[in-house]
This record gives sequence, structure tokens and C-alpha cells, in this order.
Amino acid sequence: MISIFDKFQQLAATRQVLEENCDDFFNIVMDDIISATEAVVNGRPMILAGSNNYLGLTFDSDCINAACKAAQKEGTGTTGSRMANGTFSGHLALERELAEFFGRRSAIVFSTGYIANLAMLSTVVGAGEIILLDADCHASIYDGCRLGGADVIRFRHNDVSDLEKRLRRLERRNTNVLIVIEGLYSMLGDRAPLAEIAALKNKYGAYLLVDEAHSLGVLGENGRGLAEETDVEESVDFIVGTFSKSLGAIGGFCVSNHTELNLVRYASRPYVFTASSSPSTIASTRTALKILQSRSELRQRLWNNANMLYQRLKDLDYDVGPEASPIIAVRQENMEEAFTIWNGLLDRGIYVNLVLPPATPDGRALLRCSVSAGHTLEQMEHICDAYTKVKELTAAV
Amino acid sequence: MQVDEHVLQQVCEILKPFVPDGQVIGVETDLVADLGLDSLKVMKILETVEDRFDISIPLNILPDVRTVEDFVLQIQRLHGERQ
Repeated sequence: MISIFDKFQQLAATRQVLEENCDDFFNIVMDDIISATEAVVNGRPMILAGSNNYLGLTFDSDCINAACKAAQKEGTGTTGSRMANGTFSGHLALERELAEFFGRRSAIVFSTGYIANLAMLSTVVGAGEIILLDADCHASIYDGCRLGGADVIRFRHNDVSDLEKRLRRLERRNTNVLIVIEGLYSMLGDRAPLAEIAALKNKYGAYLLVDEAHSLGVLGENGRGLAEETDVEESVDFIVGTFSKSLGAIGGFCVSNHTELNLVRYASRPYVFTASSSPSTIASTRTALKILQSRSELRQRLWNNANMLYQRLKDLDYDVGPEASPIIAVRQENMEEAFTIWNGLLDRGIYVNLVLPPATPDGRALLRCSVSAGHTLEQMEHICDAYTKVKELTAAV
Repeated sequence: MQVDEHVLQQVCEILKPFVPDGQVIGVETDLVADLGLDSLKVMKILETVEDRFDISIPLNILPDVRTVEDFVLQIQRLHGERQ
């Protein structure tokens, strides 16, 4: 009889090949976290340029103090579901503050961003209804779709005409359609064509959910994301997001003007059957949300850093994504070259994410850099210099 | 439902670039075990089929598609629903 682990043999073989090529790949450990942008990684001091810490708030003293106070006052965890003993006053306060920030009637806080998508997509649409999602959507969106009963149809990434073609085909089904997109796509850092998608949503009477995980605090005059930037907030039915990027903690949320959003709490298994966020997480997130609103200079600094690195990599002839954003990804056709660049950056004290297929959009490897408002000009120069030197190295090879 | 030879022929044509050398493709060909299709290739094939037959293929049907015949029958069903 075969073992239950036999199905992992191919995975094991792939892992072995990768380890032979790049032994650090599976063994990255942050030994010591020095600041929002620096750590000791596998014994080496490193600038963190792959952390999603867009506003650099993980070490903000107000956030840390709020977290410490909450832990001392309310304990380290809630030890229960939001539906049972896990709703503390802080959870409700954060929901009110999120609703107010987004100018929406309702908000729900979830324990992670992943759970937020799982909860929403498995619940708000069901059997006989349809989810139309952008092909490059995050795994949490796909998993949420799988958990629910709706028919799930992909449209080509950021292709408005492909979306319309599919909406037209679905008209005869005469059922609810939920379009799902992201504000900023996590791999290449490109924006969705949200204004055009919102127009289609209105034309065909569909619903629209936008995951602003990477765009909260990054896009829009007030940091509310792509819907704010493109001035279509009225057309977006549900905004989902996370606390684990710009807000420097962990957690997720959904806001909506549909007051029925509150009913999701009773119908959603991922909401009901998960322990709620710890008091310290809620407290630091509430503080970070206030900072996001009051310190717009952080957003300005983030974009200065993003534009600087994007332009430098473009000038160096790296194959970067289609537009500047705090996610700056270099596409590599050749895996060996990708490993060489990644190792070369590590050797020069720069940590970026190396993402391999099938987690990448088009089967190529990605060296995914994410910059932060916390990066100093000196650190940014160091990152740019490392990419320059590594480019020379690969050219020589 | 019977396999429509015309649909089968078009599906085989779309699958052709993904067929390993020396492999003959037929209704019983297993898309994963015989052709070794990974998720990226499957998605590429779906897009091509959707364009060719002017249909949208829900991802939910994929667990029920193992062979070329399963795939053809699903395409015929979706195409029929469209009309």
C-alpha cells in the first residue's frame, strides 16, 4: 500500500533541485529584527526590501505602546470566536473606526486578511450565483471561492474587454454576479483598471468586491486605496483589506454600505470558527489606522522611494512591472539567473522576495521588492547600488 | 451525451502544443497523468478553449475533468447552455 506522503514525492524532488541551486531559499530566518527595515537574517545584517511594511509602522512607538498596554490590561489572547467570548470592546471600536474611515455603514474585523477573503467569498454568493475574478487574484480569493458554492469564472488579468465579454455571456443566466479584483496586484504591483470595471459593474447590474490589501495606506489622497484614487467608491459594494501590510500587524476586514454585511457574521464559517484577534493586535491596528490618517507624509515618502527604485531598475534594463508602485518586481525568464540575482542581493545585505512559479502570474520567476516609508535615502541608495552590482555580475556570467 | 467529433478535433488541436513528443492523444488521454499539465498550462488551455467556443468555463467543473472525453463533454454542455 502506498503511503499518504507518496503524493509529495514530486514536491520533494523539486525542493531538492532548488536546494542544490540555492540552499538559502528554504532557510531564511529572521534571527533578530532591528527595525521596520533592518534585520539580521541567517546571521547577516540585512535591509528588508520584501516585507509589505509600506508605512514602516511595525516599530512605531505609539503602536507598540498601545499593544503593550492592551496585553497588560486584557491579556495575550481572546481564546474564543467573535461569536462566543471573543468580541472585546476593542474589536467593535476598530469596526466603527474602519467604517468611519471608509465612509461606510458596516464593517467586520476578521482574524487575518486570508480569512476575510475566505469568509466573504464563501458566503456572500452561493450556489447558482457567479464570481467573476481577475486571473491574477491572490490565493485567498481563489480559496474563498472554492469554499463557497458559486460558479467561479476567471477573466484575463486587467482585461476589461474580456470581463465584458463574460458579463455579456452571463446575462442569460439572470443571476447575481460578483466581480472580484484587487487594488494593487501583489506580484507585479500593477493597479486594476477600476474606473472601467466599475462602469461595467453598473452597466450589467453586478456586484463589485475590491481587495485593497496592498493599496490601503498606499493609494488615494486619504489612503483609502484604489477606489478612492479612481473616485469610484460609490460603485464598490465591498472593500476587503488586511492589517498585515500598511497597518503593520495582522488581521483583516470588510467594509460595505450594505447593512446586510452584518448577517455575514452568522453565515460565515471562517468568521465563526476562528479565534478573534488578540487585544494587542487590535490596539496596535487602531493606533496605526489613526497614524495612516494623520501622517500623509508617510505616503509621500513611500512613493518617493517607490518611484526612485522603479526608475533606477528600469534604467538598469531590469524587466520590471508595468508601472511604478511600492511593489517593484523584476521578472526573470531564467531560474538560474533569478537565483544568482537573489543570492547576489543577499550577499550585498538586501533581502527581497524570490517568488517561483506557479505562484507567479506568467510562469516566470519574480524578484519581488517592496519598499517602505521607513527606508531612509541611504538605505534606498544601498538597495539601488546592490541591484546595479548584481546586474554587472549577471552580465559577466 | 455523445462526444461530438468536431469538438473533439478542435480540443485535440488546442492540446497539441502541450502533448509530449511521441504521445498520441485520444478521448481516454488523462490530462494530468498522461500530459503532465500543471495549473498554469491548464489555465492557458482553458482560455484558448473559451475563446474558440465562446464560452466561460467555471473553475468548479475542473475536479470532474480527468480525461479529454470529460473535457469535451463539459465544453459541449456549456456550449449547449449558451444556445
